[in-house]
Parts: sequence; structure tokens; C-alpha cells
Amino acid sequence: MKTGTISKIIKYALAIFAVLCFLFPLYIVVNNSLKPFSEVRISEMWLPAQNPSLEGFIEAFSKLSQNMKNSFLLVIPVCIFSIVFGSVLGFIFAKVKFRFSNVLFALVVFGMFIPYQSILIPLVRSMNAIQLYGKLSGLIVTHIVYGLPISSLMFRNYYAKIPDELVEAGMIDGLRLWGVFTKIVIPISLPTMVVVLIWQFTSVWNDFLFAVVLTQRPSIQPITVALQNLAGTQVIEWNVQMAGALIAALPTLFVYIFLGKYFIQGLLSGSVKG
Amino acid sequence: MYCPKKDVRLAVMILFPLLALLFLFIYGFIIWSLRVSFTDWNGILPNMTWVGLNNYKLLFASQRFQTDLRNTFFFTLFFIAICIIGGFFLSYLLYSKLKGESFLRTIYLFPLSLSFVVTGVLWRWIFSPEVGLNSLLRMIGFKAEFGWFTSTHSIGGFNVALIALIIAATWQYMGYTMAMFLAGLRGIPDQLIESAQIDGAGEFAIIRKIILPIIKPITFSAMIVLGHVSLKIFDLAYAMTGKGPAFVTDFPGLFMFETTFRGNHYAEGAAISIMMLILVAVVIVPYLYLTFKGED
Repeated sequence: MKTGTISKIIKYALAIFAVLCFLFPLYIVVNNSLKPFSEVRISEMWLPAQNPSLEGFIEAFSKLSQNMKNSFLLVIPVCIFSIVFGSVLGFIFAKVKFRFSNVLFALVVFGMFIPYQSILIPLVRSMNAIQLYGKLSGLIVTHIVYGLPISSLMFRNYYAKIPDELVEAGMIDGLRLWGVFTKIVIPISLPTMVVVLIWQFTSVWNDFLFAVVLTQRPSIQPITVALQNLAGTQVIEWNVQMAGALIAALPTLFVYIFLGKYFIQGLLSGSVKG
Repeated sequence: MYCPKKDVRLAVMILFPLLALLFLFIYGFIIWSLRVSFTDWNGILPNMTWVGLNNYKLLFASQRFQTDLRNTFFFTLFFIAICIIGGFFLSYLLYSKLKGESFLRTIYLFPLSLSFVVTGVLWRWIFSPEVGLNSLLRMIGFKAEFGWFTSTHSIGGFNVALIALIIAATWQYMGYTMAMFLAGLRGIPDQLIESAQIDGAGEFAIIRKIILPIIKPITFSAMIVLGHVSLKIFDLAYAMTGKGPAFVTDFPGLFMFETTFRGNHYAEGAAISIMMLILVAVVIVPYLYLTFKGED
């Protein structure tokens, strides 16, 4: 939309002001994470680091590296299974009509909105019963199951846009439903696979509730829990805490900066309609 | 779409085990929690003695839960309102074809990719009464004594300590409403705006007459999504403030977590979690009904 010069100037001013507001916490975290311990003083949090050093990062990394590895070990299998199961469910709900399919799908989608507190006690009991409580594998299973609603929703919205004729033509050519899925639909699913991958990567990496409830031993805890433990102890200097926060944020920030388009797509499909 | 009977049967056979597992984890577990909330299980060992609605009665009588509900109400109200107004404002700026638009968008959205724990750790320091904003204000000569999230002041039931949490949460989520609104604004045909301008409509008239009506249904979706985020809020409060003095920054999610996993009061914890579920369901069920009713 074209507008006048004065209104343009005002808009630039406001846009830049907003940028400063959004970046200001980032300044605090980067600035303080670069301060050596000797510079960490209560009154000087706002002043730029005089002698930038990686002291804080080295200490934070030595405390968090194992947890970072745990987070990757958690996120990778969850992403793979979310894509596999999500695409199958999404395809069936988008293209096969059977009784109550709509109601069933609404029941699936409701699962992504529930407060997970309402299933936590049974979850812990069940994980205990099948001996997965306190293990990374238990957390992986949990994230795969509760990630199914959003991943199948994303695939369903995408498959709903594929013309029925394309699928029917495949059937006329002698393919069965499964053949249509693997030979026609899967090859054109890449964009949605990337969206689901990024979405699950970000939300599982950032999860705290499941992780803090299901993993007790520090050696298997994902990075969010470890960061909270690190920051919760008052004795740890804040340069280390800030460096830790930055380290924990880096993987998802990278994904966002380089694959932002898909991230936004995932974000918008979170509101149910495709 | 046409699909042979045999193939439909195959689809249902694939669907069945997946849905059975999923529904067990969702609805089976919810019913299980509900069952626990009617019992006397308030220790490490399961005690399934039926006590009816007793846990709920105790819950509603407790000072902490009343404070939690009030906090949730005010937090949700301000969180949604600020995200919607600010998000619209930002999306409108980007819609006005400013230079560096994609850079601006990247900046406004990046907090969304962070964990609430990271956000919490960050903003806890910024609002910390000794080292944070207060020390900055003191540096430039103000007498800053506001306790931020440790303040026990309350205005008509609104605990002012929540302001710090609201700022942190809106910082993280404003980009979300911006992205939703921007997607809507991009859908407006250019000719529509141009012909209105030719007819002499000013910028505010265009916003009021063309843009806002188009934005309205998006606002509704955004409110639902933001609402369910704030009704469930846990990580942010846990990492940033904890329950606070006199529960000024407490929420049902925190209460449930502490009661269940720190205090072993499983039945009471289950009752809190069921109340949280009811709060969310009141918002989400009508929304899903409206969404899926129209299909087929």
C-alpha cells in the first residue's frame, strides 16, 4: 500500500523502535555472557563488556554439553517418527472418507490443545510400568505420541490441496491406495516434511514440562532442564547463566534464521485451518 | 474422492492401532486423571479410596488456587490484548512496504523460536529488583524501588508482579499474531486499496473500512491460540519467577506440578489438572466444533 512521505517517516521510526525493543534482551544476554567473572558486578549489567572473554561460554558449555547431546538424541528420532506417522495419518484423513472420519480427526486435533498436566500422572505411572520412566527412550515415545496431532494436521492440510483426480488417476493406472501414497503422494510431500521437521525440532527442543517430569538423572536430562538447574542455583555467576541460555537457544535460532519460511508456515498451521 | 471398499478397509486397519495408542494417551489418561482426582491418593503409595468431589472442594477453598485463577484471568487478558494490538501494529508497518521488510520480520519473530526457559532466565535478570532495570534507572538518577515480580502490590485483584511476566510473554508471542495478521493483509487485493485511495479515502479510513473487517476472523483464531497458551502457562513462570511471595506469580500449572511431583499429593494435583483441562476445553471445543462442522 502506498502512503505519504510523513507517514513513511513515522513508520520507519516506529519500526526501528520496535526492533530495539525486541533486540534489547538479546543485547543483555550477549553482553553479559561475554564478560569475564571479574567484571560481573551488580551495578554494571547494562554497561558493555570491557574485556570480552569466552570464560562464561567455556564454563557453560562444559556444564551443558552432555545435555545438548541428550537433546539431539531426543529430537532426531522424534522428528523422523513424526514425519512417518504424521504423513500416514494425514493422508488417510485427507483422502479416504469413512464414517466418523471427521469426528475422529477433531478428537485427534483436540490432543494438541490439552494441558499436558492433565495426563502427567497416568503418563508417569505407565512409563514406570513399561520401565521407560527416567530414560531418554520414555521421553522420545512421549514426544512422538503427543506430537502426532500437530504433525498429522499439517500433513492433512497439505494433502487436502492435492486434487482428487491425481489420486484417482493413479488408481486407474492400477495402483492401490498404498501404492498411490508411496509412489505419488510421498514424492510431492517434501515441503510439508520440512515444515513438520522444523516444527517438531523446535517444540521438542524447547519442551520443559515432559522433560522435567520424566527425566530425573542429570546425565540424561535435555538442555532446557539443565539450563533451568544451572540458572536456579544462586551461586552460579550470571555470565555463565547468560552464556548457557545462549547455547541452549542457538540450535533453534539457527533453524529459524536459515529456514524461517518453513518455520512461519508451521506456525500458521497451528491454528487448525490450513 | 472415490476409493474402492478394499482400500478403505486397509486404511482403517492402518489407522486403528495408531489412533488406539493416541486416544489411550489422550483420553484414556484424562479419564485416569479424573479417576485419581476423586480419590484420597495423597502420598507416594496409590490409595484409591473414593472421596467424591472432596479434592475439588478443598481446592476451591484454598487461597492459593483462588489466587491462581485470578492470575490466570489477568495474565490471559493482558497477554492476548497486547499481542493482538501490538501484532496488528507491527504487521501493518510491514504491510506498508518499508525497506528491509524481511529483516524487520525476522527480528520481530525470532523470540518465538526460543524456549520459555531461555526467555524466563533472560527476563528474570532484567526485572531482578537489585540488578535489572532498577539499576539502570538508578544509574540515570531515578530512585527505583519497584519490586517487579517480587512486588506484593495488588490493584483490584491484579497482582502487579504479573507485569514482568506479561512483558516477557508478549515479547515472545507478539511475532506470532504479527505473522498471522500479515498473512491476512497479504491476501487483500492491491486494486481494492488503490481504488479506495482514488476515491479519496485516507489511511485511517482504509484501515477502518477495509483492513479491520478482513482481520476480524484472524483475530478470533489468534485469540484462541494465545488463550490456550496462556491458560496452560507453566515453563515461563517456573523459570522466571516461581510462585512468588504470597503466590503473586503463581498459576495452576505451577501449583499442579509442585503439588504432584514435589509434594506427592497426587489426588489434589489431578484435581488441579482437570480444572486446567476444563478451562482450556471451554475455549477449544467450540472452536474445533465450528472448524470441523463446516467440512464434508
